[in-house]
Amino acid sequence: MPTPSQTVGPFFHYALPYEGGPETVPPGTPGAIVLHGRVLDGAGDPVPDALVEIWHPDAGFGRCPTGADGEYRFTTARAPYLAVLVFARGLLKPVATRAYLAPDPADPLLAAVDPARRDTLVAAVAGPGEYRFDVHLQGERETVFLAY
Amino acid sequence: MTHPPYLHPDYRGTTLRAPARDLVPVPYDPETVELTGPVYGSTDVDPAESDLTRGHAGEPLGERIIVTGQVLDRAGRPVPDALVEIWQANSAGRYVHSGDRHPAPLDPNFTGAGRCLTDAAGRYRFVTIKPGAYPWRNHANAWRPAHIHFSLFGRAFTQRLVTQMYFPGDPLFAFDPIFQSIPDVKAREQLIAGFDLATTEPEWALGYVWDIVLDAVPFEEQ
Ligand SMILES: [Fe+2]
Repeated sequence: MPTPSQTVGPFFHYALPYEGGPETVPPGTPGAIVLHGRVLDGAGDPVPDALVEIWHPDAGFGRCPTGADGEYRFTTARAPYLAVLVFARGLLKPVATRAYLAPDPADPLLAAVDPARRDTLVAAVAGPGEYRFDVHLQGERETVFLAY
Repeated sequence: MTHPPYLHPDYRGTTLRAPARDLVPVPYDPETVELTGPVYGSTDVDPAESDLTRGHAGEPLGERIIVTGQVLDRAGRPVPDALVEIWQANSAGRYVHSGDRHPAPLDPNFTGAGRCLTDAAGRYRFVTIKPGAYPWRNHANAWRPAHIHFSLFGRAFTQRLVTQMYFPGDPLFAFDPIFQSIPDVKAREQLIAGFDLATTEPEWALGYVWDIVLDAVPFEEQ
């Protein structure tokens, strides 16, 4: 039986974040993009004590704690999508999702998701090379979360 | 089901943060990104980072302990080169964190964060001090049982695990909604390390053994 998950709690900040964690490629790398957004709770309030991780073999691994405004910010490489995990106090296990930068309607996950909720998986273009991806843990706009 | 549910109202922090909708299963194929993960090697981690009692001017206060064990997959195979990160309160139950308001002393000789990579047999080993229990504001007179926070990377993002290791015989287990959030009693007990005399080093440190089993990687031979 796998070892059960427990919350990351509120006190991880001196252990898990590391220098360069939010940059999966060095800033200024040609083709680098910025992915940023907020983590929000069921009341729409920012979650200031979350830890966001992203992963794609072509983009690398990134880790960024949210700030007081619930905001995280990565510099990363372009990929069809990034796998996203969010850990926080109050989450007994992480939520898993994907931030699609180039959503292909034929993508097997997007095709499997209720069309009304599909846009919660798509990062919005916020500027040249800049994408915004908010994570709604709960509520009307709850992000589609994945079961691994 | 080994993992706790998202919503566990006794743990108040879950009420506004637990997703309410059904999870969507990842439609796996062999190219699925979550079947891979970051790869770590010995150049990424300094072996000194596994001794939390070092790196300060003096020795930390508290009971010196060795915490060791094996990281395994569900088939019982060792997971080598797994990155294991830990953090914990000091022996008085206080974290080196600006958000920790517990009026217990900080220890100038203890930070409470460490890392290591598992060896070829999937083994990790930390030297630290036994953390103290600490109060929190979940309910009246709420105290967390002594614990060490663990974060693990296996071979795939699907195996990513953040959890907490507890110590045997803690009288606070029955009152802790975080520990109690795991529905299955046997699964819950998997979070409790065992005292081990063979790991204990004479005149120096008590030994605890705690093995960790990671979730499955779809498409991998089980
Ligand atoms: Fe803790």
